[in-house]
Amino acid sequence: MTLIEINPITRLEGHGNIKIFKDGNGKVEAAYLQIPELRAFERFCMDRQCELMPQLTSRICGVCPVPHHLASIKALDRVFDAPPTARAVAMRKLMHFGYMIEDHLLHFYFLGGPDLLLGPDCPPEKRNIVGIIEQYGKDVATEIMKHRRFGQDIIRMLGGKAIHPAFGIPGGVSNSLTEDQLDGVEEMARSCVEFAQFSLSLYKEKIMGDEFFSRAVVSDEYSLDCYNMGLVNKKNGPDYYDGDIRITDADGKEVVRFHPSEYLDHIGEAVERFSYMKFPFYKGIGWKGLVESKDNGIYRVGPLGRYNASNGYSTPLAQKEGKELERAFGRPCNMTLAYHWVRLTEVLNVSEELLDLVRNRKLMLDGGLRTPVGKITGHGVGCIEAARGTLIHDYEVDGNGLMKDVNLIVPTTHNAAAISLSIAKAAQREIDNGIEETDRMNRVEVALRAYDPCFGCATH
Amino acid sequence: MSKGKIAFYWAGSCGGCEVSVVDLDETLFDVLEHFDIVFWPCAMDIKYSNVEDMGDGEIDVCFFNGCIRNEENQEIAELLRKKSKIMIAFGSCSHLGGIPGLGNLSTREEILEQVYKKSKSVSNEKGIYPSSSVDEHGNEIEVPALRKYVSALDDVVDVDYYIPGCPPPTDVIKTAVLALISGNVPPRTEVLAPNRTVCHECKKEKRDIAVKEIKRIYQLDDIDPKRCLLEQGLVCMGPATREGCGAACPTANMPCTGCMGPPSADPLSENCEQGARMISAIASITDVVDEKNSEEDEIKAALDEIRDPVGIMYMYSMPKSILKRRRKE
Amino acid sequence: MNDDNGGFEPKIVGFLCNWCSYAGADLAGSSRLKYRPNVRVIRVMCSGRVDPLFVFKAFEKGADGVLIAGCHPGDCHYQCGNYKTMRRMHVMKKMLGQMGIDPERLRLEWVSAAESTRFVNIVNDMTETIRELGSSPMKSEADCDE
Repeated sequence: MTLIEINPITRLEGHGNIKIFKDGNGKVEAAYLQIPELRAFERFCMDRQCELMPQLTSRICGVCPVPHHLASIKALDRVFDAPPTARAVAMRKLMHFGYMIEDHLLHFYFLGGPDLLLGPDCPPEKRNIVGIIEQYGKDVATEIMKHRRFGQDIIRMLGGKAIHPAFGIPGGVSNSLTEDQLDGVEEMARSCVEFAQFSLSLYKEKIMGDEFFSRAVVSDEYSLDCYNMGLVNKKNGPDYYDGDIRITDADGKEVVRFHPSEYLDHIGEAVERFSYMKFPFYKGIGWKGLVESKDNGIYRVGPLGRYNASNGYSTPLAQKEGKELERAFGRPCNMTLAYHWVRLTEVLNVSEELLDLVRNRKLMLDGGLRTPVGKITGHGVGCIEAARGTLIHDYEVDGNGLMKDVNLIVPTTHNAAAISLSIAKAAQREIDNGIEETDRMNRVEVALRAYDPCFGCATH
Repeated sequence: MSKGKIAFYWAGSCGGCEVSVVDLDETLFDVLEHFDIVFWPCAMDIKYSNVEDMGDGEIDVCFFNGCIRNEENQEIAELLRKKSKIMIAFGSCSHLGGIPGLGNLSTREEILEQVYKKSKSVSNEKGIYPSSSVDEHGNEIEVPALRKYVSALDDVVDVDYYIPGCPPPTDVIKTAVLALISGNVPPRTEVLAPNRTVCHECKKEKRDIAVKEIKRIYQLDDIDPKRCLLEQGLVCMGPATREGCGAACPTANMPCTGCMGPPSADPLSENCEQGARMISAIASITDVVDEKNSEEDEIKAALDEIRDPVGIMYMYSMPKSILKRRRKE
Repeated sequence: MNDDNGGFEPKIVGFLCNWCSYAGADLAGSSRLKYRPNVRVIRVMCSGRVDPLFVFKAFEKGADGVLIAGCHPGDCHYQCGNYKTMRRMHVMKKMLGQMGIDPERLRLEWVSAAESTRFVNIVNDMTETIRELGSSPMKSEADCDE
């Protein structure tokens, strides 16, 4: 048995390696995605003062601190039986939309995008943001940075810092925006709508027709039949901030729909010896290990998961884009590389939603920022759609406001099994076809990067 | 003139320090004019084997973030120390242990048990933990173990400079990077950030009055955004925390949590004792109504809502505190 | 030192304020009063001078117990130093408990310049309390994990 290792996996958040074992005939016997890290937030957040949880759990991930901060404060809203004011929810949504835009753009241009914009076999030294600057020019790079900065600026204006903002109080938020700042955000949102459209056209120009991509996107090794999950509103449209969790099967049929506070009835987490990352599965079907099968409760979250678990965007430009996507790839879509197109469509959708939200000046400026807290009920679940998928924070708090139990199911954790299967399939194809040079191993990582994984998050 | 070589690496980290570098935006262009980035797993496809192939000291500056939580973190810290001329502890986790340092209040066994057995949603009948094992085909799969405790970077390798913060503020990074480019750096082992406290930067009005009662933020019906948060009864770590962030969190009307660590210690004390400083600050700022009749009970009433002093006052610096970790009687 | 009560001699660091408690201890000495020798005395100008840093450092360096003695409330030579000490004590004790160190190992007492007997009783009492608690857990490396 020989071992081929990709160590570490790169252009994503977190630590990981891929171990591919070949048998005596040179065929892939097993391929493992191993996540070797664990900081154990579920343990060390115990006994902490609950109001610090939004800032503590923010440090699960510096790429997606905002959704953790918001899921945390939503859990605390319930712990204290203090539904936030409409204005507080609006402020939280502003921050969340700013975050979604910059995080998705970070992924497309810095992390997973270079494989598609420059080609997966592009020399490793160029296969990154530096290569993108060289090939597409400093002007494009400046636009990318400018629109990411818009997202970060919105977060900073509300929470003091772009990375690890401080903002959430049980029942509300600590800060709001002035009329001038709101004017600025409106300008930013308008520009983000345009930049989202530019990114989508870049995708269609440079990627869709590309030889590698057009073959890969429909191929078996870059596809996966499994269930899909995302938060939806009452009309089954995607909801990034609130709503119910909906799970659909590979044919697009709804399997179950529940309020996030009932997640324990539907989601379990399996443990495997070779990795610190747990493997969530849908309890209604059950866990059969790392195999692709209708009888295995493996599901995907994030852009493609949301696309498959919902039925179309509510904002006009995104709706149009979504229909084009549907015509090209179908709905539901099991093609892993479709994540990238859906992700950019979400940038468009969120930018439009941000524009609509910030224009509602009455909501932005009138009313209080906090609901007074009631007695400590002791338990609360907060759920939100982060860029990478559904995020659940489940807190138990004692009478003194100290954390007694913390349960977290984080987006990339939900995707653990799906990603494992995807890399195994890609590895199988590459190795069994006699390809072994390190550079072609990048194609295995291409399967992984489509998910925009965040493994520090996934292990937390 | 050939460009210098820099590396960025993350150990037990959240990735925020990486994003803080990406957030330098156009300043990155300036950095790229003087330096080639030769290792940055977050953004570039260079693997550990490429680093092993480098010569000793080939990397001019390595910015290392993240705490040392497991064996792999330690191995790579030692590898990068060998390959780098200057090693910088970047961010709270490598500087002081960071928020993951709170893991030192548990044992390794307690951690594994909570995460893989006791956690509410876990389905683990066999009761297994991640560990090195052999799969069904006979393949050995090694899993790096957790270290007994979380350490900061300088607990495992020599560190040349520290850039504090969670993550380091943009201005602090820019100043430090410019200093490195120009060669105009302070003596070794200094913290590359200004050295007063957050209170100096905080624009909130300080009336210099004493606080009757410490309160939890949700117990305050109204927080006056213009006034000092400590004076309103919230535990704000400002007095015990190094400046450099522009008092970012108080600007959003939230108390400082201390991420920059304490200002540089008295040279006679080698520890970073942020907690000790904050205890003194709390004692100085709180006052009871009539000191002449001060009773134990009055003090208790004033300070009782500080229910997790370790979590508040050592949130980022547990591994570098004097007591370092939980003990067993 | 051994862990079993038979052979273990507690090492206690005592911070005594110059104006009251140190004078009281001095009086015990000049009165030839006998008491346990386990307290190592450090004279400070006021109990309020005792930085929590000193307390943690003492434990880190091997103290099994730390005693802080000052003037009675209302009698502080510097008006309010001892009130600050009381407030620090409250937080320090909680912290030590969280860190797995029995808060009984840290003790705050008021001893006036005339209270030599009181000082003697405190030292004797504290020595026995610490003897029962045993050697400080700070000294053992193998205490918190297998």
